[in-house]
Amino acid sequence: MKTNKWTSTLSGLIILTLAITGCGSNNSSNNQTESTKQPAATDAPKAAETADTEKDVTIEYWQYEFPAKVELINELITEFQTLHPHITVKQTNFPYDQYNQKVATLVPAGKGPDIINLYYGWLPKYVSSGYLQPLPEDNFNAADIESNYYPLVDAAKIDGSYYAIPTAVRTLALFYNKDLLSKAQITELPTTWDQLVETSKKLTEVDAKGQFVIEGLAWEPGAQLHHWYRDGLVHQAGGQDLSEDRRKILWAETPAGLEAFQYLLDFAIKHKVGINGFYENDSNAFMTGHAALNIDGSFRLGSIKKDFADLNFGVAPLPSYKSKSAPSSFWANAIPKNVEGDKLKAASEFLKFLTSKEVQEKWVDQIGELPAQKAVATQDKYVNDEKLGPFINQLDDSRAHFFIDETQEKTLFVDATNEVLLNNVPVEKAFTDLVAKTQKLYDDYWAAVDKK
Amino acid sequence: MLEHALRLTARKSRELLHTRLSYRAQRYLFIYIALGIPLLYFLSTRMAPILYAFNVSVREWDLLSSDKPYVGLANFSTLFADEIFRKSIVNTFKFVIIGVPGQLIVGLAVALLLHNVYRFRGFFRTVYFIPYVTSIIAVSWVFRWILMRNGWLNEMLLNLGLEPQLFLQSPRQALLLITLTMIWQSTGFQMLIFMTGLEAIPRMYYEAAAIDGASAWRKFRHITLPLLNPVLVFSAVIGVISYLQSFGQVLSMTNGGPLNSTTTMVLHIYNLAFQQFKMGSAAAATVVLFAVILVLTLLQLKVLNRKVEY
Amino acid sequence: MSSSRATRTSGKSPSDKLRTSLIYLLLAIGVGIMLFPFLWMVATSFKLPQDVYNLRLIPETITFDNYTAIFKKAPFGDWIKNTLIISLIATATVVVFDTAAGYVLAKFSFYGKQVIFLIIISTLMVPTEMLIIPWYLIANDFGWSDTYWGVLFPGIITAFGIFLMRQFMDSIPSDLLDAARIDGLNEWRILLHIAIPLVKPAIVTLIILTFIGNWNQFIWPLIVLQTESKFTLPVGIVYFSSELKDTSNWILIMSGTTISIAPLIALFLIFQKQIIRGIALSGMK
Repeated sequence: MKTNKWTSTLSGLIILTLAITGCGSNNSSNNQTESTKQPAATDAPKAAETADTEKDVTIEYWQYEFPAKVELINELITEFQTLHPHITVKQTNFPYDQYNQKVATLVPAGKGPDIINLYYGWLPKYVSSGYLQPLPEDNFNAADIESNYYPLVDAAKIDGSYYAIPTAVRTLALFYNKDLLSKAQITELPTTWDQLVETSKKLTEVDAKGQFVIEGLAWEPGAQLHHWYRDGLVHQAGGQDLSEDRRKILWAETPAGLEAFQYLLDFAIKHKVGINGFYENDSNAFMTGHAALNIDGSFRLGSIKKDFADLNFGVAPLPSYKSKSAPSSFWANAIPKNVEGDKLKAASEFLKFLTSKEVQEKWVDQIGELPAQKAVATQDKYVNDEKLGPFINQLDDSRAHFFIDETQEKTLFVDATNEVLLNNVPVEKAFTDLVAKTQKLYDDYWAAVDKK
Repeated sequence: MLEHALRLTARKSRELLHTRLSYRAQRYLFIYIALGIPLLYFLSTRMAPILYAFNVSVREWDLLSSDKPYVGLANFSTLFADEIFRKSIVNTFKFVIIGVPGQLIVGLAVALLLHNVYRFRGFFRTVYFIPYVTSIIAVSWVFRWILMRNGWLNEMLLNLGLEPQLFLQSPRQALLLITLTMIWQSTGFQMLIFMTGLEAIPRMYYEAAAIDGASAWRKFRHITLPLLNPVLVFSAVIGVISYLQSFGQVLSMTNGGPLNSTTTMVLHIYNLAFQQFKMGSAAAATVVLFAVILVLTLLQLKVLNRKVEY
Repeated sequence: MSSSRATRTSGKSPSDKLRTSLIYLLLAIGVGIMLFPFLWMVATSFKLPQDVYNLRLIPETITFDNYTAIFKKAPFGDWIKNTLIISLIATATVVVFDTAAGYVLAKFSFYGKQVIFLIIISTLMVPTEMLIIPWYLIANDFGWSDTYWGVLFPGIITAFGIFLMRQFMDSIPSDLLDAARIDGLNEWRILLHIAIPLVKPAIVTLIILTFIGNWNQFIWPLIVLQTESKFTLPVGIVYFSSELKDTSNWILIMSGTTISIAPLIALFLIFQKQIIRGIALSGMK
């Protein structure tokens, strides 16, 4: 009886220690081998494949879930596969909100893509994590990119090499509701800061209870206003966003930063022409006719065409101040580090196809995003287009600022506006805090990069 | 005759011994299987992962990169230097401090009301319980829709001639509103627990008190509450743990905003790990959360024991 | 007890009547608070796009288009199927393992029992959220991410269930089990034919609570599942809604939440007696 008790506890203890140590060591050994395991796994098939160059190869393309883009890519894949019969391309999509999380989960699990579509603001995070490789020099050399593409693509150049290349770019412009403008008897579109204030005041409609019926200018810091501030307003007021080495936030170096910040906030706190959360957000308020003006991107053209075809609207270049400057941004395709051999060749080939002139043109027609190459964008049919023209004309003065972490930088900006709006913090103080906090984010990032 | 009987008993007892032995082996086999599997399971899916989390918490681990250098307690010091993390701790405690008493009070109130009526009791019980079986996520979206700037509640306020409110967009109201939706969802469960407790209280106590002319409040204070105490403490322990883990509602209704006024520890962990890829810091935050839950639970169990002795 | 109640209700004074009506009034207000969100959800889901901000509870024009639209927009069918499969498997394994373990812990005495019980119970204090990071890393290492098994592995046995079953099995008279042993039944048969029938209500409770818990679980599936077709309903709803939120398509969001909530409410209404009795029982122990 006694021995029985002992054996049971003893075995219990053994099981316990086994489970703890066994699992622990299992995990850590798995993690250690992971980095070496993956290349080894891809090495073996490569050796076999080099014998037969025309061997079939399948590559995976990942992008976020955006119906128009998903459809177009499917169409392009079919076309590409007829041109390159030995290459098969598979598309996988993840919802935008969780895109990074899903990518981060599947990549260590060895289920990574061969080409990945990333928002340009995420690139530094991906590059510093060592996840991407520079684009193959033969198809994409730096000098060619710089002469053919708009300079804003420079944001994809990290440590001297290009890590991603876009098919299309987007700029922001002023959307206006024609019906609401004629109702308010406005014939001149605003072209300066002051005119924008005046016009949006005239367009604002408030009911007896003091509630907005129509916003003069939709105001949503969480949407495009952050870009408008950093790549538009600050520069227009004579300031700068970031130092050459991308280490220092320059908003507070000149009075321009605060002036621009005040200007942006005044729409909500002083002129009271718009407020965040009105009919969910700025673009929705505009598309449903509850906002007369809105600062939004060229990508909205596609969704208006699809869901609000009746909306009678126009597009104008952004108002300017001391100089012109328009925010721009892009989604770019990159190649993960562990892609090599035939897959890399195929990926490079597909990427070349995606950046071809004809694909860029299809992209404009079906998505509403602008061609990333100057020669394609400045064709008459686009420049003279009533809706596309204003976006394209701004491309020469456009900027896409470098991001350390898009989500966090935007959150800091939104928080600063909320401090003023909801907590009555003085604008100056909110601004100083914003600069300090954003700078801290950059300092932390660079400290980590320098350490490596 | 006697000899025969003796031999018989001897054989019988030998047989018995034999069956007992095999019975014992069988018994232990049964115990090993029935208990060994769960034990192994819990060691490998609960205990070992905790140790693993401790291991990760002392490493700098970017999800996308393959090297994970040991950094000591650096993750913890960055974490506590992080304003948002500190805020998330405060917020988490706010959820507990408002949520747990709120849930207990509302649950008890409904239980007492129901305890005093006999018609439609089943109907009421069913209706109050419905929110408990529904998905937190789906319900959060419904509340978001009701509470939005141009939503139903604001329209009602306007119709009544009142000021519309920011609700989930306000750093002062958002946390309270999320807590209220959590209370709304758990009322039915809490009510049932209390009703069972109330039904277990012998009627004669109240009758005796009635003879003494005790007021309703005195009856409640001196009979109902003390006798419900074990149920109360049990509910409080469960409640504290569940409010400490607030996540789904926050993610769906405010995603931590505005101004981080609703960011909870779990949401912060989620963001660190899966939005910023900082596995090390996320694991460190997890360790802190674990410590908080452990301390609070031990404290409450102490209170429970004292009360039971009393 | 019920007879004493009946005698109490029969003799009513006017103040008693007032008190009773006040109680009913309060309870009715509570019913409104409990049900309104669901009513508003369902009402919105039947509206035309232009009526979305209209405050009428019963829309002027009722349309079912939204429901056909969402099945086209998102794989709701897959989500329902996934959620059902996962919930059923988890419930089955939990019932088998928890019942057996609870039985052994309640009705056997052997060395180390208390320690084992403590180990199992102490895991109750470790919340899911604490474990998601290690689970996630483990799931990645073993290639379990984005699979049913990945969602299932943390919940195939539950400490709560073992605790619950132990509490109930405790009340089974040991004589009864011993008698069965003397009759020569082996332990498995005793568990199956004697112990389990005696704690049937507790097992029903366990089934129901486990099923509801798995149907509604969120944070772990959110993390371990990657592709849309493999989502469970709560995860799907988050994606579906976050995407539609930008165009403020509340009608479709409400149709989606209705679909994800309706099955469980229906299930609850069918089994409400057992569910309510079961939960009341679990609260008593």
